[in-house]
Amino acid sequence: MDSMTIIAMISIVIAGITTGFGTMGPALAEGRAVATALSSLAQQPDASAKITRTLFVGLAMIESTAIYCFVISMILIFANPFWRHAIAQTAGK
Amino acid sequence: MHLSPDEVVFWQYGILELNATIVFTWGLMLFLVVGSRLITRKLSLDLERSPWQNLLEIIVTTIEKQIEEVGLRHPERYLAFLGTLFLFVATASLCTVIPGYEPPTGSLSTTVALALCVFVAVPLFGIEEQGVGGYLQSYVKPTFIMLPFNIISELSRTLALAVRLFGNMMSGAMIIAILLTITPFIFPIIMTLLGLLTGMVQAYIFSILAAVYIAAATRVRKPESEPEAEPDQ
Repeated sequence: MDSMTIIAMISIVIAGITTGFGTMGPALAEGRAVATALSSLAQQPDASAKITRTLFVGLAMIESTAIYCFVISMILIFANPFWRHAIAQTAGK
Repeated sequence: MHLSPDEVVFWQYGILELNATIVFTWGLMLFLVVGSRLITRKLSLDLERSPWQNLLEIIVTTIEKQIEEVGLRHPERYLAFLGTLFLFVATASLCTVIPGYEPPTGSLSTTVALALCVFVAVPLFGIEEQGVGGYLQSYVKPTFIMLPFNIISELSRTLALAVRLFGNMMSGAMIIAILLTITPFIFPIIMTLLGLLTGMVQAYIFSILAAVYIAAATRVRKPESEPEAEPDQ
């Protein structure tokens, strides 16, 4: 295998693993957050506006960790710096 | 398939480049400015109002109320900045219903610019409220050891603001593009609807987080001995 194939293969595999593993933690965390928010909504329906607002802000914060992983896998697939470097080297030969 | 609207270039002359991000940002700016100008040209104080004036009033009062709920005492002081952020991000994602349009917030340059605005505005509002010394002192609260961590958090939350908005917008466009190649009927429409919802939530989050940061920077410290008066509901 030449270096281009190795780079492509590793990038694709790692991109999949990154999103796969990176969404696990936020998924668990979001589930817990929503479950807690729902039970507090059931206990205090009067404070629904406040709870919902805090929940949304918190969810966005949690979700952003998953988004970072997604951005990294997108960079690995569509804008891989090592891939470009390898292409530039083979073109220079 | 491309990662961001930066790669769609309409016109190029030397290093000057007119890409889709800039064009759509100008379009949005034109739409927002001309739209509000046309509506506010003839405002009425009577009971008879045009529906457009009602719309603008609803938007402005809602944003004002939301800012106040975050804990900022004088919302009208921050309305211009936070309202502009919200309206720009919200319109940028709402306009995705127009075919051929790509949200300029799906480009990292736009979101970094917006986050840098927040990064600059937070110390400015803080200094305006507590003075230079008072604001700088908030960096060494509660102890001096926290100084580097406070600075790091300032930088990392700016990065997080930028990448969060970019990631959400870009993933929406990317998922629709991928789905169009797999299932060209119906399903992309549902994902577009979901994208509209995500866009609104992200606009809300972006401006609320900016408001929270400003609220943290402008909070005037009270002496410990003085009991804090509870505001009446």
